[in-house]
Amino acid sequence: MNILDRIGQKEMNKVLADRDIPEFGPGDTLRVDVKVVEGTRERIQAFEGVCISRKSAGVNSSFTVRKISYGEGVERIFPLYSPRVAGITVLRHGRVRRAKLYYLRGRTGKAARIAEKSRERVAKTKTQATA
Amino acid sequence: MRCGVIAKKVGMTRVFAENGSHVPVTVLQMENCQVTSVRNKDKDGYTALQVGVGSRKVKNVSKAQRGQFEKAGVTAKAKVAEFRVSDDAVVEVGTTLGANHFVSGQKVDVVGISQGKGFAGAMKRHNFGGLRASHGVSISHRSHGSTGNNQDPGKVFKGKKMAGHMGAARVTTQNLEVVATDAEEGLILIRGAVPGSKGGYVMVSDALKAARPDEAPFPAGLLEDAIAAAAAEEAPVEEAQAEEATAEEAQADETPLEEAPAEETSSDDAPAADDAAEEEKGE
Repeated sequence: MNILDRIGQKEMNKVLADRDIPEFGPGDTLRVDVKVVEGTRERIQAFEGVCISRKSAGVNSSFTVRKISYGEGVERIFPLYSPRVAGITVLRHGRVRRAKLYYLRGRTGKAARIAEKSRERVAKTKTQATA
Repeated sequence: MRCGVIAKKVGMTRVFAENGSHVPVTVLQMENCQVTSVRNKDKDGYTALQVGVGSRKVKNVSKAQRGQFEKAGVTAKAKVAEFRVSDDAVVEVGTTLGANHFVSGQKVDVVGISQGKGFAGAMKRHNFGGLRASHGVSISHRSHGSTGNNQDPGKVFKGKKMAGHMGAARVTTQNLEVVATDAEEGLILIRGAVPGSKGGYVMVSDALKAARPDEAPFPAGLLEDAIAAAAAEEAPVEEAQAEEATAEEAQADETPLEEAPAEETSSDDAPAADDAAEEEKGE
């Protein structure tokens, strides 16, 4: 392992000690708890939406969550290992055939639906990931 | 004025600060950074330390330099540089400098050889605007335009900014912040970018325009101090397994050695470290 990877791993372990990262991928509906500082007070704000992409790059890993807020599309890119992200919850596993769901940007309403992944499929991908 | 160190640029990554914000850092590695020679007022007319870093095959070192390294009693170094120091900051030849030379939060100046850009045009080299995209301009959209007047003065003035070789020059970046140091691995993490390419050597010294923090070791941060400090931190834990009562006393004695002089730490802690090592072997 080279020096940069080792430093990255150390940073990742620091975050992993505080919280688990669930298995999720593009198409999944997530709730991301974000720590927000308001004046002197810190509170947790939830951002709920569809994960449309993931980037796997060690400590630089990130994921993009898209939601429609008051009729306007909003996307947020979260660093996966940021201490500001307090937790990630998977609300629904979606069935998609692409790694990046950028096509959702041009769609709204019915056209932007994502079918739910059947339980067998969820179990299958999980075993694949662990194997 | 303290001595600086030479380090190898490893690359850039990110770390997360206490408050959760992310900090882009350049990782510098100090590998066997030793004082190879001392320049003094009597003989050389100025006071400075010559520092060498890295290692090089002896067959690739010139005969002259081989003699210099032999005299200093150090292995052949890949890179050697001089740092001007004040008279009271002179360190013995052969001393190994550690990353504990700097403390986190400190400001440093970093000198490196910038990445070469080759023969660059005036737009890239001097931020010229170039010519218009249309309105009759042909072929010369990225040219520098006029270089001066006509018959009077009848020449192009010296120093006129034109196209030419860019980069691969000595560059100093001032007031960079040290984010963290790791003396055991010889790593210095510096906020932001430093000049030079990965694998290149850079010279790191205390910032010229910012005061040196009081915690920074004077005259220099020695590697053996860092190892002694690390051993002292581990030692109480080891002793605690054997005898809890003595461990507390030892901890009280050994923890406040941040600024303690080298003799004290080495004489007090070295036996403790040896004991710890032996215990480990026994187990």
